[in-house]
Amino acid sequence: MLAIIGAMTTVAVPHTEPTSPRLPGDLAIWFFILAEMLAFAVFFASYAFARASDPALFNLYQQTLDRNAGALNTLLLITGSWFVVLAVQAAHRDDQSAVPRHIALGMLCGAGFLVVKVFEYAEKFGAGITLSTNTFYMFYISLTFFHFMHVILGMVILGVIWKQARKGAYRPGECNGLESGAAYWHMVDLLWIILFPLVYVMR
Amino acid sequence: MMTALKNPAHRAWLVLVVATLITWYLGEVGAAGTAAIVAMLVIAFIKGRLVILDFMELRAAPRLWRTLLEGWLIVVGGLILLAYWISLK
Repeated sequence: MLAIIGAMTTVAVPHTEPTSPRLPGDLAIWFFILAEMLAFAVFFASYAFARASDPALFNLYQQTLDRNAGALNTLLLITGSWFVVLAVQAAHRDDQSAVPRHIALGMLCGAGFLVVKVFEYAEKFGAGITLSTNTFYMFYISLTFFHFMHVILGMVILGVIWKQARKGAYRPGECNGLESGAAYWHMVDLLWIILFPLVYVMR
Repeated sequence: MMTALKNPAHRAWLVLVVATLITWYLGEVGAAGTAAIVAMLVIAFIKGRLVILDFMELRAAPRLWRTLLEGWLIVVGGLILLAYWISLK
């Protein structure tokens, strides 16, 4: 709170000094994000080191993944994140109608991600692939599904801030809830930015 | 066009899209081995850093949080590189 007031008063001073440091959103969400990122870091490292003990198997079955779907999903998450940044920027300049509109566009991108992923899973499960098929698929399914659940949680969070935004809850200097939800959504994007090259492309 | 690119979010989005297409292309041509892995990790680092600085808006945040998230990128990228280096030996 003090940081926000500090940032606002600094903005009012007409010189080019940078504003005092301010962490967007609530401090608690950043600890939560950090915990999630550490869990994924362990997952990513486990994948990479498991691969090191059998690169031939990983390289062979990686070929069966739909790289186009993975890349499309990267674009959907990047664009979804971008819309949510625009929602935060709209709240900061008190453009009330643009806030829920951009959150909704972000959710649309998230929904697109989930649809693409469901088709991808349907194709793999339809081919009889399970967690126990081999080590590569065990990692592919568990890593992407763990991330999939985070996209769903991100969508729920966006739904909550969308409802609040429609009520005009986010105004300049009162954006903590919006920024907290946005930060979580960007984390989902950040994780996929590592996951896509690691599991779908790197060989 | 030029005024649109003054918004760091628009700039970041554009770079992220181009970087994603480069990674996708490297997959299409079957790029493999040390150079390909390093290139893809560098691209992922640039992308991750843009998300952290311009989407999460940590550029103007207290240094600690910026360092924690950028540090995460470096540690994760480093571990992946180490594992791939072991697999290439």
